[in-house]
Amino acid sequence: RGSLQWESAAPAQYCLHCCWHIGVIIMFVARSIAADHKDLIHDVSYDFHGRRMATCSSDQSVKVWDKSENGEWHCTASWKTHSGSVWRVTWAHPEFGQVLASCSFDRTAAVWEEIVGESNDKQRGLSHWIKRTTLVDSRTSVTDVKFAPKHMGLMLTTCSADGVVRIYEAPDVMNLSQWSLQHEISCKLSCSCISWNPSSSRAHPAMFAVGSDDSNVTYGGKVQIYEYNENTRKYAKAETLMTVTDAVHDIAFAPNLGRSFHVLAIATKDVRIFKLVPMRKESTSTGPTKFEVQIVAQFDNHNSQVWRVSWNITSTLLASSGDDGCVRLWKANYMDNWKCTGILKGDGSPLTGSSGQPTAMSTVVGSSVQTSQNALNGMSAGRYFFPPLDPPRAGTRYGHLLPPSSLIEHCDAEPIQPQQQALPHRLSSRALLPLPEAEGQ
Amino acid sequence: MEEVDVEPAVTNIPAASSGTHLGFAWGPGDILVYETLYKASGTGSGDIHEVRKDEDIYSPILRKLFNESHHIFVGLQTIREDLPSKNKKPQFVSISKNYRSVIRACMEELQQVSILLAIELIWNLCEVLFIDAAPAGSLLLHLLDWVRLHKADVDEKAREVLQSESPAEHRDYWDVPGGTQTLTEFDVKWRHWHEEVDRCLQDNSFASNKHLELICKILVGDEDTLLEHKDLLSTWYHFLVTRLLFCHPTVKPTELHYYAQSCLTMFLDSRSVPEPLDSILLAAFEFDIHQVIKDCSIALNNWWFVAHLTDLLDHCKLLQSHNLHFGSNLREFLLLEYASGLFTHHSLWQLAVDYFDHCPEFGRVYLELQIERVPLDTERKALKVLRICEQRQMSEQVRSICKIMAMRALRNNRLGSALSWSIRAKDAAFATLISERFLQDYCARGTFSDLDLIDNLGPAMLLSDRLTFLGKYREFHKLYGEKRFREASKLLLSLMTAKIAPRSFWMTLLTDALPLLEQKEVSHHIVRYAVYGQVLSL
Repeated sequence: RGSLQWESAAPAQYCLHCCWHIGVIIMFVARSIAADHKDLIHDVSYDFHGRRMATCSSDQSVKVWDKSENGEWHCTASWKTHSGSVWRVTWAHPEFGQVLASCSFDRTAAVWEEIVGESNDKQRGLSHWIKRTTLVDSRTSVTDVKFAPKHMGLMLTTCSADGVVRIYEAPDVMNLSQWSLQHEISCKLSCSCISWNPSSSRAHPAMFAVGSDDSNVTYGGKVQIYEYNENTRKYAKAETLMTVTDAVHDIAFAPNLGRSFHVLAIATKDVRIFKLVPMRKESTSTGPTKFEVQIVAQFDNHNSQVWRVSWNITSTLLASSGDDGCVRLWKANYMDNWKCTGILKGDGSPLTGSSGQPTAMSTVVGSSVQTSQNALNGMSAGRYFFPPLDPPRAGTRYGHLLPPSSLIEHCDAEPIQPQQQALPHRLSSRALLPLPEAEGQ
Repeated sequence: MEEVDVEPAVTNIPAASSGTHLGFAWGPGDILVYETLYKASGTGSGDIHEVRKDEDIYSPILRKLFNESHHIFVGLQTIREDLPSKNKKPQFVSISKNYRSVIRACMEELQQVSILLAIELIWNLCEVLFIDAAPAGSLLLHLLDWVRLHKADVDEKAREVLQSESPAEHRDYWDVPGGTQTLTEFDVKWRHWHEEVDRCLQDNSFASNKHLELICKILVGDEDTLLEHKDLLSTWYHFLVTRLLFCHPTVKPTELHYYAQSCLTMFLDSRSVPEPLDSILLAAFEFDIHQVIKDCSIALNNWWFVAHLTDLLDHCKLLQSHNLHFGSNLREFLLLEYASGLFTHHSLWQLAVDYFDHCPEFGRVYLELQIERVPLDTERKALKVLRICEQRQMSEQVRSICKIMAMRALRNNRLGSALSWSIRAKDAAFATLISERFLQDYCARGTFSDLDLIDNLGPAMLLSDRLTFLGKYREFHKLYGEKRFREASKLLLSLMTAKIAPRSFWMTLLTDALPLLEQKEVSHHIVRYAVYGQVLSL
């Protein structure tokens, strides 16, 4: 029938592939920002509202960027934060003001606060960040730093290669130089990542997961779940995921969405998604919750190690990054079947090799004329529905889909070279002039 | 319904294709991607790439589509459930036509062949087959309208040719079925006429006039003849309706898919392949609603169409043929996807709120999650967001937004704004903190800022002790300024005795009391206080 027919046809222009009811994730590079770090970028973190971002690097510095109304990013602060590579940077919830935390190879974590500066600084688009505290308890590289969910107050968590998770609290939100070490949890294995369960539901106590990148498989489960106990006022281990025996590089609880169970994504030698279903507690039980652990999905498409996993805001998409140099996007349909719906892949043509001039727009790599048509049409895929107006010219896949010349913008209208790969639908990246957004809010 | 396992779409990033990892960070509506190396040393710097879904929400023309369809959507949700279905059907058809007219309005603005044409084509067919559920007889008429509407480039000549033969001998044919005669009556007449023409063709009655012969062949629906003139019928569905018109005008809905499939096959020559549109239309002719929705989800980079159509079909109770859960979950899933997409837009997010409101299972929690992330660029926008949260008793979101605004104001030393946001957040601790600042300010400068706010606190004053003190202390100053010394000193005394004065402020209060000692009628109160104060400070 129909579905079989068009599937086997697979001509190049039908690159609208996806999974049932998952929808198409056709993406493009809207803009490229010259980050200007002098060394590898290790982490990029958006703030809560998506208007600011922080980047950190092996060059020991952190940069803060602000997004202007027209969508361009401007670097408003750049300063040396540590005496070693900075691994992670993260924002506190805006309820606590403009606060960042960073962690480093130099065995410390630090908390930074933005100071509202002089008016001429503001005009120049600059702001100042000052260090509020340095956390020096770790004996080894601090591999991750995360703020706890805001309903717990202003709490910062670090984990280190020495296998210790430390939870600090700032009791006075107006005085960020005072932090006390509330909990020190020894996980016995070198820790690489932590993730708090973001749920603020009273149905269950505060909970976080720790991942270990210890590569010795005989040491058992590399993911541990800790839960807060109201009676003892301490965190106790609730669960170890024994089926995860390989080094874990990243871990992420999904936003909760009112479910009774928890969802945890893990970056190890593959991408794994677990469901943790709390089992009913007897009233006399004082220990941590017992969980039924189910594996929901497992993907080894990255071929080797997976280094990062992260959920989008609504937990409808999971992104992962791996040794294959790709970022993959995973989505569940409404029957809860997970599939890969998109891949972001380097095409071998980096724009800048050095810290070039800061540009908001990148130059076009390759041509993709029909995607500029998209911009103007506002919708893609129109071209796929109608019979070709002319037979395609030899050597041009998309020749018959050329819009009228008046609609062609900056893209060079050179014919696209036929793809060598099997994948029939690689869209060239190109810069898109942002469509003018007519009215302000 | 088998799942099609398809390749995911690949997006190229201008980054090295080997020897590097790609780091990423989720944002609202986009994902940032950059070159990095995990657990390895290396040098390198690079760009951060903002990767976005190819989205239509930024098109000014489609904004009209989103706005107006939102209006129709909300109207549809409020149709009364208790009406009998025969009353509801015309309403649903009317709503369907409304949606289509919005699509057509946008089509005119876009002025070029676009996805909207396909969407309208599909929607129109769905309306005919599913919503209006035309029975045999009127079905063909509806299909004729459908094809005519979309046959923008019908060759004028062809029409002339077909119309030029409206001769007396065929007059009977052109009687509209379903007028005064029943379907059966029409069918009988039509068959009789068809046999007549066929017989004439067989015995070469028209041999002398090739033109007439051709027309008659067309009129009896001779497939070969029709196919020979394929160029006049640019699509297989035009061919289908033409063939039905001439061969099976009383076609039943259940018979459609046989003809559809064979017409598609006949029309496409061996070189061409069916396109996604073809399979969608075929699925519609097969009355396979779920397949239509599925194929549309795949073919379109936007949830607008499937979300609204599925919602309408769900209201027509057409999605419950499998099992209830399946139907309602699908509708909600698509609406949530569509609305979530709107939420990243700086003004369309407000439309999304209504969609979430009509998703009973997850709408509220999705709204809670996403509305918190709306950037609070201005007070006005913050108030807009707040109103939405307050209307829905989303108290935690209200508190959080007010707290964010209060914190921002405090950092910028706008104490009045900070205080008013804290009060709205019902955040006693923060109100206390800000009141302290006010009092410190007073001690430093001798005056209050934001007098308007403090003077008009009203019952909000009771939020925290410190705030109450601030309000009352300011009142003391007012009374003093109006030379109402007796009341002023009474108030001052009550402030001291009620113990809401912070210790640090007692000296200030005593200092304030000094000039009152001059006033004879109040002096004894002050003396009493001075003693009291002495005792307490021990």
